[in-house]
Amino acid sequence: MASLIPEVAYEEMLGGVPEVQGEPQRPRRPRLRLWRGIVLLLAGVYFLIPLYAGLRFSFQNDAGQFSLYAVKAIPSQTGFSAAFFLSLRLAAVTTVLTIVLMVPTATYVHLKLPKLRRVLDFVTILPIVIPPIVLILGVLHAAPLWLRSSPYLLSLVYVILALPFVYRSLDAGLSAIDLKTLVEASRSLGGKWISTLWHVILPNLRAATLSATVLTIALVLGEFTMASLDLWTTLPVWIYQFSQLDAHIATAVSMLSLLGTWVLLTVIISVDRSQSRRTRRRTEAL
Amino acid sequence: MNKEQNGPLMRAASLGSHYQGAQVNLDRLVRVFGQTRALDGFSISIEPGEFVALLGPSGCGKTTALRVLAGFERLDGGRVFVDGQDLARVNAQSRDMGMVFQSYSLFPNMNALNNVAYGLRMRGQRSQVRKKKAAEVLGLVGLADQATKYPHQMSGGQQQRIALARALAIEPRVLLLDEPLSALDAKVRADLRDQIRSLQQRLSITTVFVTHDQEEALSMADRVCVMSKGRNEQTATPAVLYARPATPFVAEFVGVSSRVPVETDSNQVVVFGQTCPVRGVDAFGVMDSVDALLRPEDIAIEVDAAGKGFVTHRSFLGATTRLVVQVGEIPVRVDVRSETAADIELGTHVSVNVISRDVLVAPRLRAKVSVSA
Repeated sequence: MASLIPEVAYEEMLGGVPEVQGEPQRPRRPRLRLWRGIVLLLAGVYFLIPLYAGLRFSFQNDAGQFSLYAVKAIPSQTGFSAAFFLSLRLAAVTTVLTIVLMVPTATYVHLKLPKLRRVLDFVTILPIVIPPIVLILGVLHAAPLWLRSSPYLLSLVYVILALPFVYRSLDAGLSAIDLKTLVEASRSLGGKWISTLWHVILPNLRAATLSATVLTIALVLGEFTMASLDLWTTLPVWIYQFSQLDAHIATAVSMLSLLGTWVLLTVIISVDRSQSRRTRRRTEAL
Repeated sequence: MNKEQNGPLMRAASLGSHYQGAQVNLDRLVRVFGQTRALDGFSISIEPGEFVALLGPSGCGKTTALRVLAGFERLDGGRVFVDGQDLARVNAQSRDMGMVFQSYSLFPNMNALNNVAYGLRMRGQRSQVRKKKAAEVLGLVGLADQATKYPHQMSGGQQQRIALARALAIEPRVLLLDEPLSALDAKVRADLRDQIRSLQQRLSITTVFVTHDQEEALSMADRVCVMSKGRNEQTATPAVLYARPATPFVAEFVGVSSRVPVETDSNQVVVFGQTCPVRGVDAFGVMDSVDALLRPEDIAIEVDAAGKGFVTHRSFLGATTRLVVQVGEIPVRVDVRSETAADIELGTHVSVNVISRDVLVAPRLRAKVSVSA
């Protein structure tokens, strides 16, 4: 019956009810569905309760009554704008660096050094294994002075932190296309390596690159330890520091920062989709 | 021929003046992968405008030879010349060779027109010029109406025709075809085979076609190069290859043969009691222990209750039916007209006669052979 699986999945995608002839349908197992529901509910509660608590606390004053004072006061708080824009700049620089570094690297490994994929798999997981404090102290000790005095040292470190997510995303994207044939087709038509990367590989890695971008931005906007130890006041550091002055405002900022991250990611995905549609319309109009 | 069929051919004739066939020389190529010598001194010379098929079993080095010519594989020895120019230091993107791959190689992010125009874009041609040319070449393969379709919206046959158009659009010095028909179903394959051959003849473009399908090679190519173990066994026209194979490998690989152990008598052999001259005896040298290689059409059978052979298998091939006749321990394939074969039941005893002027011989194999029709 294994051959039926794709057909059933296809029917389900179309919203139809799969019909399997010649074999009685299995009775649904209510106990299993109940357990699935319970697990889903528990996971939802685990995820939503802190959000609810944070939102509720953000909209309260010191007396515990509903108030918008914390949200209204955010823009005027000392250091907020600087921290916010520093985090945005770091996110942008880190994303560009990561994509510029990792797309050619992952492509080259897939094409020329496929045996190294396992090694790279292992190497890129190291940033998760090594504690951030070890990483940043090592970097601060080794980095030249001019770089230590720049906030963009953090971007270099964030590139390393983002490696596990970015590499896996790109690796999956590259595995999903016939990379070797596409590259050889491009080269036989006169495409140089840069042209091939830009016109052929990147457009076909759109989903993987977008996923890598989203993960990198989310990571940078939420990273605290390294920024704190490098003595740069990014948004998470500012939230932590300000929570000692006014916990309501700090919590409101963290909630807005979460919301902002989601909005940013939604905007990126929407822009990408509309760009894709525009490109398609443009080529269809030729 | 109707107007629709005429269109692409007339366009081909008008485009033909842009193309110039190049002379290709592969000189003693050597390529080693680990312990395997994929190319072991392979040489071939291809004339301008010629269509040459590289034919051989899997692992014989035919695709490696094509990839070396395209610049995708480095060489461990030997040299590649196109129009007398040594391509040792010329990388793939600068070789001006259009290639059609076995797997569908269209760029998924581009529609048909942009796929075809890609090579022109890489050559720095202006947008209007390249779109006009791409549309023209799409018309050449009969897919002008598919210009805005993306690869995933097209059938396999259409994708390969677009790939062919893309390779032709750059007016390559040499057209390289790496088993472009192998992923297609039989009907589409036959149509595309005719279209490729027709275009190649009209454009007079030097073409190297890799295949393991001898029917494709024999029906399309001006000359066929049979390869084995990284070497050129024989390069000749299909007719010569079939009738006058230079080596036992070619004799057995091209066409269908039955091996029959025979007794030698000077330059003659005795097959089924008949004395026959040996074909190409000089090429094979003097051999004491040989087999005759008999084509199905070299043999005739007659229903004969006292005959030494009996029919064991039959396969209907259309106008003819192929029978396997067991003569002693030797299975022999024979082609018979289908209306005659209809009266011959399995198990029928027959007499077997060699009707060809001469027979091919090869060193005797020790292993026992069993065949089906």
